[in-house]
Amino acid sequence: MNTIFGIPTPALYGQILIGLINGSFYAMLSLGLAVIFGLLRVINFAHGAQYMLGAFAAYLLLNWLGINYWLALVLAPLAVGVVAVIIERTMLSRLYGVDHLYGLLLTFGLALILEGAFRYWFGAAGQPYAAPAQLTGAVNLGFMFMPVYRGWVVIASLVICIGTWLLIEKTRLGAYLRAATENATLVQAFGVNVPLLLTLTYGLGAALAALAGVLAAPIYQVSPLMGTNLIIIVFAVVVVGGMGSILGAIVTGYVLGVLEGLTKVFYPEASSIVIFVIMAIVLLVRPAGLFGREE
Amino acid sequence: MAVGTEYLAEQPKLRTSAIVLGAVAIAALLVAPFFFYPVLLMSILCFALFACAFNLLIGYVGLLSFGHAAFFGGAAYFTAHAAKVWGWEPLAAILLGVVGAAAMGLVMGFLAIRRQGIYFAMITLALSQMFAFICLQVPFTHGEDGIQGVPRGHLLGILDLNQPLTMYYVTLAIFLFGFFAIWRIVHSPFGNILKAIRENERRAISLGYRVDRYKLGAFVMSAALAGLAGGTKAIVFQFATLTDVAWQMSGEVILMTLLGGIGTLIGPVVGAGLVIALQKYLAASDFPVTVLIGIIFVICVLLFRRGIVGEILEFTKRRSKSAA
Repeated sequence: MNTIFGIPTPALYGQILIGLINGSFYAMLSLGLAVIFGLLRVINFAHGAQYMLGAFAAYLLLNWLGINYWLALVLAPLAVGVVAVIIERTMLSRLYGVDHLYGLLLTFGLALILEGAFRYWFGAAGQPYAAPAQLTGAVNLGFMFMPVYRGWVVIASLVICIGTWLLIEKTRLGAYLRAATENATLVQAFGVNVPLLLTLTYGLGAALAALAGVLAAPIYQVSPLMGTNLIIIVFAVVVVGGMGSILGAIVTGYVLGVLEGLTKVFYPEASSIVIFVIMAIVLLVRPAGLFGREE
Repeated sequence: MAVGTEYLAEQPKLRTSAIVLGAVAIAALLVAPFFFYPVLLMSILCFALFACAFNLLIGYVGLLSFGHAAFFGGAAYFTAHAAKVWGWEPLAAILLGVVGAAAMGLVMGFLAIRRQGIYFAMITLALSQMFAFICLQVPFTHGEDGIQGVPRGHLLGILDLNQPLTMYYVTLAIFLFGFFAIWRIVHSPFGNILKAIRENERRAISLGYRVDRYKLGAFVMSAALAGLAGGTKAIVFQFATLTDVAWQMSGEVILMTLLGGIGTLIGPVVGAGLVIALQKYLAASDFPVTVLIGIIFVICVLLFRRGIVGEILEFTKRRSKSAA
């Protein structure tokens, strides 16, 4: 059997693949956080809960209404997006005038409510969600066998990330969004409906999290706690990348995911803390983050 | 994001009433164990001290730490280990917890103060989560089991802490010591500079203060006092577990402070009392505590950001103004 640094290559490739999968979720979630933070100046602690809601929406659609995975990919983000729009209109929008920390505290409270309620209804244990028939099985890549669903997740997350980046950088709506990030008052004076833009941005960010949640459902089990534990790691990813750049958030997400996978091969004990250690080093060397701007 | 308490010092009339109120409160705490379950009271005292320590940062420097569970829970582990495995005398074990928490505060604070505002919160949360992962893996914390059966021992070799009343009065003494330490810090020249940083960091820098050193100093003091609370808790309840270092614990201490009143001295005590009493009350029903905590968070943030004590202070302030 081939080995690299004494590690069998299939194990190495396997962990890199797992790292790439985790990285896909880090990238999608930190992207949503960065989009929301850019415009609303709110760190959305409920992002993890919205990701969990997406996964649960897919699970419930399948088990209660018999709606399949492909439709859930559309319906779950829509439903979570609508919930997020209501949250923004009724609660978050009241906090734009006060210290940004209150936005964090409000969304933290919302995350606790959602997580607590789902744990109450469904228990803390995970529920299985089968991958759709079209995406089961594995393909031989020559150097390793790859489950089809995992390959699909990596490709889908890349499409989602690039799509969001194009939406923000290349479309008129994205131009409004970027302009409002720079100077909301001026953009409003030009006749753009900024409050609506804020609402839509929060809805879009939450929908992205829910979409990631549906993608995650067949890989990780659907559990009430799946979001919050993940979101704390994503916070570290965001600190490493800096929230100034959308592309930075995406790249940092994938790279840290793969680094975490590699750590599992070479020094498994440290794999759960490696991202935090990297965060600490980045804070020492480049406090603003790799792609960040000092504010 | 704080409410000034300096106001009390400016008003001689209010100041006397504050002293009277304080004396009444201490007298009430002295007789309380004859009316309430001492373990519940000790639990409230430990968490009240924890919340006061947290409030030192958020209320007087304006820094929101989302990782204070690391100091509270870390100190609980250190104290529990020293008392159980090394057989240390309880006060020495608690002191080890304080020193350990202060050392952790130095490292975490040094990293976290490099960023401000919302990033500070995320960094402290991430670092404390890292500490929680470490606690899950290293052998001395005993993973999911935690350190169980910590002996209470004899304080200074004399006072038997297995007597509930003795334990209560020792806990009360530790709480009062911590509370007055915070009162001293807040009303010292050092505390005034912290408030200046909270109000306008750039101006404090331009006046020649090394803001980072003051922030780090406050962070270490806050961590040490949180450690005092955590170490005491380990002796009182005779165990230290992963619950104490989990992010939910950091959230709880934020809630206690927010509910009682950020930047008020007794707000965190009131908040801790309410939250602990509520948890105790709900433990009998099957209503999920997390949901209720979340709801209180949302209500506090949306409706009364000054907290209970903060709103009362604001009310008396407005009334005395309109009277004058």
